[in-house]
Amino acid sequence: MTTPRPAFRGVNPGLTLLLVVIAALFAFPMLWFLLSSFKPGSELFSLPLSLFPETWTTSGYVTAWTRFDFWRYFANTGIVALVTTALTVLVSAMTGYAFAKYKAWWLQAFFICILVTTMLPTEVIMPSTFAVIRDLGLYNTLAGIIVPSILTATGVFMFRQYFRTVPDELLEAARIDGVGEIRVFFQIMLPIAKPIAIVLGIFSFQWRWNDYIWPLIVLNDPNKYTLQIALRSIVGADNIDWSVLLSASVISLVPMVILFVVFQRQIMSADINSGLKD
Amino acid sequence: MAQETTVAAAPTPAPTPAAQRRRRRLRRPGQTAAPVLFISVAVVLFVVFFLGPGALGLYYSFTDYTGVGDPEFTGLSNYERLFGDEQFYSSIGRTVLYTVLAVPAHYVVALGISLLLVSAATRFRTAARVLFFLPWLISPIVTGVIWRWMFGENFGLVNYVITVLNLPRQQWETNGDLALAVVILASTWSGTAFTMLLFIAALRNIPKSYLEAAQVDGASAAQRFFRITLPLLRPTSFMVILLGTLGAMKEFAMVQALNGGGPGTENMFIVQYIYQTGFERAQIGYASAVSMVLMVILIVIAVVQMRFDRREDLS
Repeated sequence: MTTPRPAFRGVNPGLTLLLVVIAALFAFPMLWFLLSSFKPGSELFSLPLSLFPETWTTSGYVTAWTRFDFWRYFANTGIVALVTTALTVLVSAMTGYAFAKYKAWWLQAFFICILVTTMLPTEVIMPSTFAVIRDLGLYNTLAGIIVPSILTATGVFMFRQYFRTVPDELLEAARIDGVGEIRVFFQIMLPIAKPIAIVLGIFSFQWRWNDYIWPLIVLNDPNKYTLQIALRSIVGADNIDWSVLLSASVISLVPMVILFVVFQRQIMSADINSGLKD
Repeated sequence: MAQETTVAAAPTPAPTPAAQRRRRRLRRPGQTAAPVLFISVAVVLFVVFFLGPGALGLYYSFTDYTGVGDPEFTGLSNYERLFGDEQFYSSIGRTVLYTVLAVPAHYVVALGISLLLVSAATRFRTAARVLFFLPWLISPIVTGVIWRWMFGENFGLVNYVITVLNLPRQQWETNGDLALAVVILASTWSGTAFTMLLFIAALRNIPKSYLEAAQVDGASAAQRFFRITLPLLRPTSFMVILLGTLGAMKEFAMVQALNGGGPGTENMFIVQYIYQTGFERAQIGYASAVSMVLMVILIVIAVVQMRFDRREDLS
């Protein structure tokens, strides 16, 4: 071929095949897990294994639902995830706004402090964090999971980055009109930042819905368990009841799947790079 | 009010900055009070749940605190015990080995997939992107469950397929190295989604004209990738590797559900060791000493990586 190949046009069957194969490899564990949850207990281990259940059943789901108080776990996890997310968005927006629109040495110093928290995750100092939570009287309460999780560096960075792109003239104009600093933030800036608030809200909800380590340490009463801790109590048993475990795990995913379906566009197009980059 | 005046008096280190700015500051004291208010909640949370536990952990690490009663100062004995503790060395070693293997695996897989997803030469990209993203929705615990179900030694699908192919079944649960391989596989599978979003965003920001110009000049696909794409991805790569390293060093939840750090304690990572000593055995003093050592390791990692990043900036 003497003419140059069409540069960025045309489909390459080899690359497409590669993509399809990798995608299939990624999807398969989920598919196997989902299909297995519809098999009766007797079929789970009977050879030869088959991809699709021979008899479809929801008995695992029924058992899981009756043996465990799923409504309660859903309620607990939902409260924690929603309340933490709302507070995370508000605190991140305020902090990120201060970093973006005001200049002072103590703001820079605190910015470095926030940066340090990304390097040193609090999981590594959980014994003393636990002591702090306990001494604040938050042991075995949902607040004990919510309050320590509010501050996230990622959220602060996302808002800081976003507010830096908002022209300072807007702030100046509001000041000239005599609008107070706090009102500027709540009535002008916060509404402008709605797209970033949505993205952080989605991410935060996912983090908190799937959180494991704080609920594990802080909660003691099974009535306060979150879904992840409840699942862990099934998988940690000496004799794992796989039929129940698979179904219970699938149930725990439902809210996340709904979240994804609703917000798919925002999640997939989220320019998270901009928030995390600096 | 008192707070407002003290803080307003504190800044302005140099007396020379433009008088205009000073006039503005005098006119609107709220411009200092407002940011104080905006960051106040974050400051309190930072002090109570980061600085406080850090200092408290340092203090506990010199005591025999068990969670009840008063901690008694025991000097360096926790650290002495720690450095003679084989399980500690084994946990650190296993965590580092896991990190060294998992971070490059994450990086290569996520970047490879992202390249396929932004390439104009592939089809089904939108569907594939959604598929690759789905594991992000799945919690670490459920990820562990999914892969435990796949790699069960006696009941798992993988060993079943292996026996059907007349190959010897593998000891995914009782061989420590194979168990670690499954952990790496599972974490790569679940970590790809987020990293992929970072890479796709960064790849889209690379001007197409660069790549087209290089192609016109006769650069091969490999040359274009290594000479243009990869260098331009450096900030993203740095972040992916740094976040991946920190994430791998604190891996805990997924392994809990996958194999509990087994077989035995062979694959017990360091955070699990902290959890076990601190909470299952109630040796908070001792666990805090482990925490402090891990903190130092993480600081060293972060500093080394940032130094590395900066040096490349200069060249």
